[in-house]
Amino acid sequence: MENGDGALIRARALTKVFGVLRAVDEVDFEVRKGEAFGLLGPNGAGKSTIMRMIASVSKRTGGELAILGMDPNERGPEIRGHLGVVPQQDNLDVEIKVRDNLVVYGRYFGLPMKFLRAKADELLEFAQLTEKAKVKVDTLSGGMKRRLTIARALVNEPDILLLDEPTTGLDPQARHILWDRLFRLKEAGVTLVITTHYMDEAEQLCDRLIVMDQGRIMAEGTPASLIQEYTSREVVELRFGSERNAEAARALQGRGKRVEVLPDRVLIYADSGEAELARIVDEGLSPMTSLVRRSSLEDVFLRLTGRSLIE
Amino acid sequence: MSMEERAHAGAGALLGERRSARSVAFGAWYVAEARLRNMRAFFRTIALTSLFNPLMYILALGVGIGSYIDRRGGSQGLGGVSYLTFVGPALLASAALTAAFEETSFPVMGGFKWTREFWAMNSTPISARQIANGILLAALFRVVFTVLVFWACLAAFGAMPGPASFLSAPASILAGLAFGSVIMAIASRLEEDEGWFAAINRLIIAPMFLFSGTFFPLERLPLGLQWIGWISPLWHGTQLGRIAAFGLREPAWLVACHALFLASMLALGLGLSWASFRRRLSK
Repeated sequence: MENGDGALIRARALTKVFGVLRAVDEVDFEVRKGEAFGLLGPNGAGKSTIMRMIASVSKRTGGELAILGMDPNERGPEIRGHLGVVPQQDNLDVEIKVRDNLVVYGRYFGLPMKFLRAKADELLEFAQLTEKAKVKVDTLSGGMKRRLTIARALVNEPDILLLDEPTTGLDPQARHILWDRLFRLKEAGVTLVITTHYMDEAEQLCDRLIVMDQGRIMAEGTPASLIQEYTSREVVELRFGSERNAEAARALQGRGKRVEVLPDRVLIYADSGEAELARIVDEGLSPMTSLVRRSSLEDVFLRLTGRSLIE
Repeated sequence: MSMEERAHAGAGALLGERRSARSVAFGAWYVAEARLRNMRAFFRTIALTSLFNPLMYILALGVGIGSYIDRRGGSQGLGGVSYLTFVGPALLASAALTAAFEETSFPVMGGFKWTREFWAMNSTPISARQIANGILLAALFRVVFTVLVFWACLAAFGAMPGPASFLSAPASILAGLAFGSVIMAIASRLEEDEGWFAAINRLIIAPMFLFSGTFFPLERLPLGLQWIGWISPLWHGTQLGRIAAFGLREPAWLVACHALFLASMLALGLGLSWASFRRRLSK
């Protein structure tokens, strides 16, 4: 059920056009078995559109797409039988109980009740929702609903788990609980495809990712290799207050390896942030606050597009 | 083997072919099963209204208006039966239409708009067409339940005298499904609530109830208003029900027209629903 070379998903010049908008524009990528593959980009980059094409519900306009060696345009239902889908917006059945959601969803795959009764208990355990089995979905918190949606996506023991913005809208604690669950799946070698506009999420969960903007792939690699290739090791973040920001930015031109000016701060990319900061302070430029940190995927994105990931 | 390991091994893949084959064959049934589970939460109110509704009409129209009309020899204009017997099949069909409306209006809009559960269904092997079929199948269960309770009440009050009176039940059920399929087609096209269902209730269902030969023969209406009955699934269902319930005489071509009208409406509603479900889910 693979594409011959271990790739569970293969896209070649994959394109989706809505009217005049090229939402996905000739994109190439592969996802291999056991890999956690990420699509990183801002809202509207085309990530969710790619997800819906992989999920075999939205038909591509052009190019090729093979999932488990099959064409989703021809064999959608068959492919969907092997996928687990966690959509961006929860679509649980809020009128029925937590456990029943798992059973009902399992029925859609044609799974027998006997199998589902045991499976539902196992999944509740995994999602840390055993105590909530008998309550209505309505009463769950956002994080719990998200965990239930993930548990539901595992009911058919899928070959690929698709997660579209899995932690968007969750508070930090709920995000960490969710990451822990996803990390367990990843450790066990479940093939994950994750879209996100959070760089910390991409760094934590993805083995390999593509950075997308306006329907195109800007870069591809592991989080570490992308950071190494597109940015320096460290960054100095300087804030001068909104009035002095532009003026200070002019004075700082040419520092470090590269200078990036944002409306509220100036970023200086350098191999040693501390050394760079010391020089700046010595010269009498007095920032209101300063911060030295390691470069992240956020910086990669800024370098590639000149824009921030979260707008 | 832990759950994560099994997922990794793709244990599901071994069952995969057979599994999706089952969904292809029974997908609509699985959708109906989910809807019925939802209905179970409302079972008490559904059962209560299913029983209260016929009793209320039987008392008002049979004991109230009926005794008044019957005493004045009104039955001559009604094919020689009591007033309750005359309105019985119409009330039965009307109850079927109302039940079908309830199961194909808000549940369809909600599945797209509020719970978004149709997308959840469609992320499994289940197709857009099967979702629409499943919704109508669940509506069928609800309509059958409502009609059987109603029929039993009418029979208990002697309003189902004919030897084949039981056939008025399937006639009503067909009318309910035909109407429900069209409501489903409309509901699946509504992106915003905007009070459309309340409007349909007042502007379509209420006039249909009053002008479909429900309380008096359609022929009594001026010709300029009779067309309301001709295009109303309620009238066609009612006339078929009357033929079964008390042997109302109608020419064969008209009987065929009633059945053909309802079957065509069902086919049209279902076809339009398939198209809109597919369009909306595959965006």
